[in-house]
Amino acid sequence: MCLAIPGKIQSIEMIHGGAVKMAKVSFGGIIKEASLEMVPAADVGDYVLVHVGVAISKVNEEEAHKVFGYLKEAGEIDELYETRN
Amino acid sequence: MKYLSEFRSPELVEALLREIKQTVTQEWNIMEVCGGQTHSLVKNGLLNMLPPKIEMIHGPGCPVCVTPVSLIDKAVYLAMEKGVILCSFGDMIRVPGSGMSLLEAKARGADVRILYSPLEAVKIAKENPDREVVFFAVGFETTAPANALSVIHAHREGVKNYSILASHVLVPPAIEEVMNDELSNVNGFLGAGHVCAIMGIFEYYPLVEKYKVPIVITGFEPVDLLEGILMTVKQLEAGEARVENQYSRIVMKEGNLKAQEIIYEVFEVTDRLWRGMEIIPMSGYKVKEAYSAYDAERKFNISIEEAPENPECIAGEIMKGIKKPFECQHFGKKCKPSSPLGAPMVSSEGACAAYYHYSAYAEQVES
Repeated sequence: MCLAIPGKIQSIEMIHGGAVKMAKVSFGGIIKEASLEMVPAADVGDYVLVHVGVAISKVNEEEAHKVFGYLKEAGEIDELYETRN
Repeated sequence: MKYLSEFRSPELVEALLREIKQTVTQEWNIMEVCGGQTHSLVKNGLLNMLPPKIEMIHGPGCPVCVTPVSLIDKAVYLAMEKGVILCSFGDMIRVPGSGMSLLEAKARGADVRILYSPLEAVKIAKENPDREVVFFAVGFETTAPANALSVIHAHREGVKNYSILASHVLVPPAIEEVMNDELSNVNGFLGAGHVCAIMGIFEYYPLVEKYKVPIVITGFEPVDLLEGILMTVKQLEAGEARVENQYSRIVMKEGNLKAQEIIYEVFEVTDRLWRGMEIIPMSGYKVKEAYSAYDAERKFNISIEEAPENPECIAGEIMKGIKKPFECQHFGKKCKPSSPLGAPMVSSEGACAAYYHYSAYAEQVES
């Protein structure tokens, strides 16, 4: 439940009249939206650790690849496929 | 069962196991508080690789498991009787309430939706202005900022048909509860990595002082867990009790200050009932008065009594480490993930379900 998955920020959009930074984050090709409100310094191209649609920490690229590889291998990334329907 | 060769860093795993074996001279009971860590320890077969002198005890850190049955009953009530769009993380919807689970409610026509993020629920509320949308906001400190953010987003955008059914729980009071039980015999703790990524590590200092137990903040991968165990054993063997941070690549001492600000904007600390245990003082979050319009319990004025726990379930003893899942006479027989008697069997992060799914003990019971 406290799983956090590393992904790469593809693009950033300001919403709520510029108050909130939302990013499109790629998790091994699966694109999800994530709020950057808790890691305001994160930018396009950076890797962030995302928990339930909110980035909680920046991570370096090597760590991101290592952790994503482990989670994928261990079959722990199913939640990314959960949709709104 | 995984074998060493299947690990990403088999040499490192082997080296850590060797060092743990060389360090340990006496028996130690170490509790990993977090259900994600329990899941990883059991799934990767690490429990069978550790020296017999080290006993891993699986703590109460599975939010799905410790959410009171009455909360599930409230979610089912909202979905079935109030006609709300009830949104939830996937792992909550299979948990049986006293009547039915959210999945069963969905099968009977209720609008129950599995979401990846509470922020998506706010969008659904915007898209359905004539419906009430409720997000089932469970979790530890890691998940609290995301749930709080959903309320802040709804408030900022003037989305009035959104609320959360909140049942947040906190790690440090759970550690106190374990240590205060005279039957528990825990010598050291692995702290939950992502909880501390949010909250930092300072709140663990008073605990190591008071109870004289090492607490090592630890990550989730096999190498992290073995490093955390090694650091704990080294402290124990040296007679020390300190807070250490194995997961410093993610966890900063002060945590994520922005996240803490978001939590305290929406939530305040309150007493919480933990399924399988009891009411633990100041052990969870509730929605502050200022945001009561977004609190589903107040908004819908729900009053549902806590359903009595099945007396055959020994969840309290399991979650305090007094008994192992396979020491329960119902484990794998009367009690299975498809028909759980109680809390630790309801999610794969609960100790009983983790053992049932991945451990050789289950196979022994089955055969």
